[in-house]
Amino acid sequence: MDESPGVSATTAPFACLDGNEAAARVAYRLSEVIAIYPITPASPMGEHADDWAAGGQPNLWGLVPQVVEMQSEAGAAGALHGALQRGALGTTFTSSQGLLLMIPNMFKVAGELTPAVIHVAARAVATHALSIFGDHSDVMHARTTGWALLASGSVQEAQDLALVAHAASLRSRVPFLHLFDGFRTSHEVDKVALLGDDDLRALVPDDDVLAFRSRALTPDAPVLRGTAQNPDVFFQAREAANPFYLAVPEIVQDAMDRFAAQTGRRYGLVDYVGAPDAERVVVLMGSAAGAAEEAVEVLAAAGQPVGLLKLRLYRPFPAEQLVAALPPTVRSVAVLDRTKEPGAVGEPLYLDVVAALDEACDRDPGLFTARPRVIGGRYGLASKEFTPAMVKAVLDEAAGEQPRRHFTVGIHDDVTHLSLDVDPEFRPARPEGEVQAVFFGLGADGTVGANKASVKIIGESTDLWAQGYFVYDSKKSGSVTVSHLRFGPEPIRSTYLVDEADFVACHQFGLLERMPVLARAKRGATFLLNSPYAPGEVWDHLPGEVQETILAKEIELWVIDAHRVARETGMGARINTVMQPCFFQLAEVLPAEEAIARIKQSVEDAYGDRGRTIVERNFAAIDRSLAELCLVDVPNAAAIDRSTALRLPDVAPDFVKLVTARLMAGEGDLVPVSALPVDGTFATGTAAYERRAIAQEIPIWDPQICIDCGKCTIVCPHAAIRMKVYEPGALEGAPDTFPTKSFRSKDIQGYSLTIQVAPDDCTGCGVCVDVCPAKSKVEVRHKSLDMAPVLDHRDRERVNWDFFGSIPPLARDLLPHGSVKGSQALEPLFEFSGACAGCGETPYIKLVTQLFGDRIVIANATGCSSIYGANLPTTPYTTDGEGRGPAWNNSLFEDNAEFGLGMRLGLDAQRELARTLLAGLAPAVGEDLARAILDAEQETEPQIFAQRERVARLLAALDGRDDPDARHLRAVAGALNRQGVWIIGGDGWAYDIGFGGLDHVLTSGRNVNILVLDTEVYSNTGGQASKATPRGAVAKFAASGKEATKKDLGAIARAYGNVYVAQIAVGANDVQAVKALLEADAWPGPSLVIAYSTCIAHGIDMSRSMSHQKDAARSGYWPLYRFHPTEAEGEHPFRLDSHPPSIPVRDFVAGEARYAVLGRTHPERAEHLAALVQADVDERWHYYQQLAAMERAIPHEPGPSVEEEAQP
Amino acid sequence: MTDLRTSYLGLDLGSPIVASAGPLTGNVETARRLAAAGAAAIVMPSLFEEEIVHDEVELNFALEAGAEHFPEALDYFPRFSVVDSVLDRYLTTIGELKSALDIPVIASLNGASPGGWVGYAQMLSHAGADALELNLYRLATDPDRTAAEVEADDLELIAEVVAAVDLPVVVKLGPYYSAMANFARRAAAAGAHGLVLFNRFYQPDLDVETRDVVPRIDLSQPWELRLPLRWIAILRPVLGRGVSLAATSGVHSGADVAKALLVGADVAMTTSALLRRGPEHVTTIETELRAWMAEHEYGSVAEVRGSVSHSTSQDPAAFERANYLRTLHSWTTPPTLLSTPRS
Repeated sequence: MDESPGVSATTAPFACLDGNEAAARVAYRLSEVIAIYPITPASPMGEHADDWAAGGQPNLWGLVPQVVEMQSEAGAAGALHGALQRGALGTTFTSSQGLLLMIPNMFKVAGELTPAVIHVAARAVATHALSIFGDHSDVMHARTTGWALLASGSVQEAQDLALVAHAASLRSRVPFLHLFDGFRTSHEVDKVALLGDDDLRALVPDDDVLAFRSRALTPDAPVLRGTAQNPDVFFQAREAANPFYLAVPEIVQDAMDRFAAQTGRRYGLVDYVGAPDAERVVVLMGSAAGAAEEAVEVLAAAGQPVGLLKLRLYRPFPAEQLVAALPPTVRSVAVLDRTKEPGAVGEPLYLDVVAALDEACDRDPGLFTARPRVIGGRYGLASKEFTPAMVKAVLDEAAGEQPRRHFTVGIHDDVTHLSLDVDPEFRPARPEGEVQAVFFGLGADGTVGANKASVKIIGESTDLWAQGYFVYDSKKSGSVTVSHLRFGPEPIRSTYLVDEADFVACHQFGLLERMPVLARAKRGATFLLNSPYAPGEVWDHLPGEVQETILAKEIELWVIDAHRVARETGMGARINTVMQPCFFQLAEVLPAEEAIARIKQSVEDAYGDRGRTIVERNFAAIDRSLAELCLVDVPNAAAIDRSTALRLPDVAPDFVKLVTARLMAGEGDLVPVSALPVDGTFATGTAAYERRAIAQEIPIWDPQICIDCGKCTIVCPHAAIRMKVYEPGALEGAPDTFPTKSFRSKDIQGYSLTIQVAPDDCTGCGVCVDVCPAKSKVEVRHKSLDMAPVLDHRDRERVNWDFFGSIPPLARDLLPHGSVKGSQALEPLFEFSGACAGCGETPYIKLVTQLFGDRIVIANATGCSSIYGANLPTTPYTTDGEGRGPAWNNSLFEDNAEFGLGMRLGLDAQRELARTLLAGLAPAVGEDLARAILDAEQETEPQIFAQRERVARLLAALDGRDDPDARHLRAVAGALNRQGVWIIGGDGWAYDIGFGGLDHVLTSGRNVNILVLDTEVYSNTGGQASKATPRGAVAKFAASGKEATKKDLGAIARAYGNVYVAQIAVGANDVQAVKALLEADAWPGPSLVIAYSTCIAHGIDMSRSMSHQKDAARSGYWPLYRFHPTEAEGEHPFRLDSHPPSIPVRDFVAGEARYAVLGRTHPERAEHLAALVQADVDERWHYYQQLAAMERAIPHEPGPSVEEEAQP
Repeated sequence: MTDLRTSYLGLDLGSPIVASAGPLTGNVETARRLAAAGAAAIVMPSLFEEEIVHDEVELNFALEAGAEHFPEALDYFPRFSVVDSVLDRYLTTIGELKSALDIPVIASLNGASPGGWVGYAQMLSHAGADALELNLYRLATDPDRTAAEVEADDLELIAEVVAAVDLPVVVKLGPYYSAMANFARRAAAAGAHGLVLFNRFYQPDLDVETRDVVPRIDLSQPWELRLPLRWIAILRPVLGRGVSLAATSGVHSGADVAKALLVGADVAMTTSALLRRGPEHVTTIETELRAWMAEHEYGSVAEVRGSVSHSTSQDPAAFERANYLRTLHSWTTPPTLLSTPRS
């Protein structure tokens, strides 16, 4: 549990926390109802609120707030609105699309002059692409709602202005949107002076609260709100609220003044810093103020007439205060907007400043020496780095005679040439005594956690200020983390990455080959390297570039074999407590002994409640650490280039070489505007170039034992182990090491089989080995697949993999697809995604692409599957040898079913158009061909292939004709081939936010296939409960175990009668999973396949992912079934594919931390819920058994069947 | 009136029927039923040091897996203020059992490290257990270690634990010591206040379909009592009255308890029969015991105890090898096994 949010400022004046926690602490204490919904980067605010409520933490009035998770942000806003109307103080937290969903209610809440605060971690709104990172495009969209907008620029402000927002809202009756920058502020850890309950009470007087309560809806004094008004009065009534808005700036300033009196920290609606006689002033809001203030201070100190105006209150716009704050000497005002409004004269803040100055100068022409000129620029979209050098570039531009009125800064725009040139050498000097440090690590090694602890140790137990900011890549497996830490005697305002580090640590030796680890090191820096090589040997193993940099920058190199120490002390891969003492020792932030003591205390604080073992192992690692740390005697010269990084193949497309490769190398910031697609369209198939080589162990195949079952490849989450069936002749030219065996099949004879791992794409999850059923007769532990150290096998397997790729895939119609091996002989068109090692979702997507990938369009809901499916730099969806493959798009989180239905409608419309055109053009293209195409059945692979061949002939026949019908037919002829629509998403989408649309699409009768990857939580945002979360499981937003039982989505779909519904679990019954997908595809109406997807959020050993699925089915927890609608009387459309439960649910859930942990935190509740979970399972089995015996037929008129009607 | 009272490890018990380690004794509700049915004491399920460590490490691993990998999900579980470990729960259960029951609660410990045994023993003692059973469950699989070395370790451990706690310590032994009588006497000399004979090892089984090794837990059968009967009979006179002896394995009925008492046990412990028939079966056993005592005109347990031990039986050799021979002679091979198979 985090520190109590009610802690008094007098006992703990400072703490290190991030912006989300800082804001949530205040919001929680000042609220009675908190409606939440997860969205990055605001989710942690809701998580804190839920954790505090689960821990019984009271608000300022001694009550534990009602914290409720809703089905969407729209739902959260609605619930908030209701709570406010009933007189309860309320809040919510959101970002980006979530804020957009709240907007309708925000208009209502404001229109009713209802005090409330929404805390927003401001984030880019999805346009050509989704971005989870910070800018103001979301909050700018809310500026018309009537909510006041108050912007914080730092973690301290996120806390302080959160209080000001709540106080001012209650006083003014105008609701407040309190915003701070996503990630830069929401996730930056800073040393913050905490607010205590006294401070809150001082700002929120009882009278304001009581005045709010007096307006509550109550039957004791009934009123009515929400009338419908006619043209006669609506307008006037709208204007009636004006005085309240006019009063807001003064009320906010009053709250800020009272805050200053209480805490000593003073804020203004606008705050000016810089030269009192400045001629050039930058105006901006949010975290950029930190970087800008540093630049302006340096420039002003150097005599430049420059200043910065930090805007805090954005709506109602404090025009008067803004104008008054500008020095009268100002000649040029540069307004920076962190948003883009295509087609506008300028971005919103720019326009506001232009108007404010214009009005002021009209009113009083003598205000300024000369009427200031305003220029406007965009910066920092989606957390693009914003540095003092960029501020200088803006101020330099403003100094020119003819500055660009509109510009961008921070990118290289070689298309519209709007971007300013930035002097990369401009850097404000760092304060004396400050240490800047950068750490490179992997997600799994604990680097970030240790660095957060270091910030806390230094910030909370010394007088030093501390800041931590953490950069993660977009992968869920093998992800690289870079931690940027600053410690120093002066408060730290630097809202940008460390780029002149005194200390660099590389926690993973392999990263030296993947990224420029020392690029941010300053001359004479200290470099700490976790090295498997001894001090005397390490130099010869360093890549040449690293050696050169060490010599050129005179870097001091220290090494430690942290992996060995961690292993020997029982810490596994967690090297954090080995590396952390070394950092303290070398960076000399604290005396060594004190540092060790404080590190141990932080371990004690973190793990003390969870038993001694972890604590003692950490202590052992800490104690061993310093003794193993060694200084390396660096030679005078660099050796030859030892770089062994994988190179792109020559056949890679130019885009991959010129753009993708730079993104992969971490140089995306340098890519110019011209290099990027204008509309967000990317080629597929680029994940294959990434070859991240992250596995420590890979599966090695023994063909002697293999039984050709295909289970290994069907479960592989990354398509990194493949099966190919081929004619022996294909082995010509094979490397000697290439393994092969004869393929056993009753369908085809004389073929060979190879199972091959992609050594640089495998994540080493071990799922394939777990499911491999083929054991050696003489040594049972040896299976046809065994995990083996990658370094022992990589070179050989690379050669084998390359040859494997050259073997042509088996013709699609040679093996029936309804079996595991038949499906696995098909080429996967989804490969090497960034999904978690052992991911339970990706095998289903891969299987869909094997079965139908050459003829489907995918609508993908936002979530894990859209992230690993399409997060740059690369794309895992790919094409077959013909260039066919899934075409993919992600619209939103909430509308995916509708999006997919639209694709179907579009496809159907095009098919009808094509048929009509073809009928008309039949004499021209050949009656036989036209008739054959129009009458074609396309149910089997040969039929589909035959139609493709006919359509190709049609296109050939149309070639060269330029009559309108022919041109149109050419454009839509592809729709004559059978194409499927797959609508894919997680349970958060299907059960919650997108359920309304999903339900509607199910009733549409249209031929869409819906695949729900059911992880039973919101996986992508970190495991929040959804309505798919089962009773008794612990999840975020259900910290004390979910009370309600899981929604039976399949039952709702089955109720319609004409929807194909299946529940599958590939690890439990792979054949059933394959059959269900084939049946879903074949069913001409809507199909819903709910796939049990093991997830890291289940708290399981992911290498045993499939064994968990097996137990899920064996216990009856996840019954397998297929509901195949039929028109035939006397049929039983519901087929229960599971065997009756053979183990108690207890045995299944005991191995999952999401259940097991409840027994440790709430033992009695765990017992109670466990009994109910078993009862749920028993009852459902009983119910399903009865369903299996029931006859049901789709009502139909005599005549053609639904199947026939649905055919083209 | 038949006097069922007995003394075990210095604890005064109302009867010699003790509910031994099992699921029923680790749960307050079922323990209450056991006590109500007449169990004179309960032995809690063993606390395994390996389980504590494994549980802590695995749970932490699971809760932290995936943390700080990915910007949208810095972790996957709520932040818990207190997460009880297996040890915490065990200690809590001792407290709950003590306040719910008015019969002695005996904690049971299986350690894995020298420090672990002593440390955990002290924690169990502080949590309020009335006695401590050391469950010496280890297989001597290391071919480089002699029986003498293994036994010396065991004895040192017993001595350390006895010295570290101030409650009675009883040692539960497996039957596989090559010099059982000698080891038993040395265990007592090391400070053990009593011995529990014997630990039943759960033997692994094989699944012939998958060729996996599968753990198999079978409830005991009445015939299994014969091994403890023999050894208690032999050890009772060796150890003298100062050392308590408990018979366990195969105690299913009043007659079984009577047998245990006859050879010299102070108490008889039962688990399997209670799991099969429910906690209330204790009453049945007690009723049967009373009936047997009445029928044989024993007025008290004290009178029964040890009346057929190695030193008091009519035929001491019957407890030794002769017994084995006679058993074999009494076996008659079924004729079907002797007939010549037809070709």
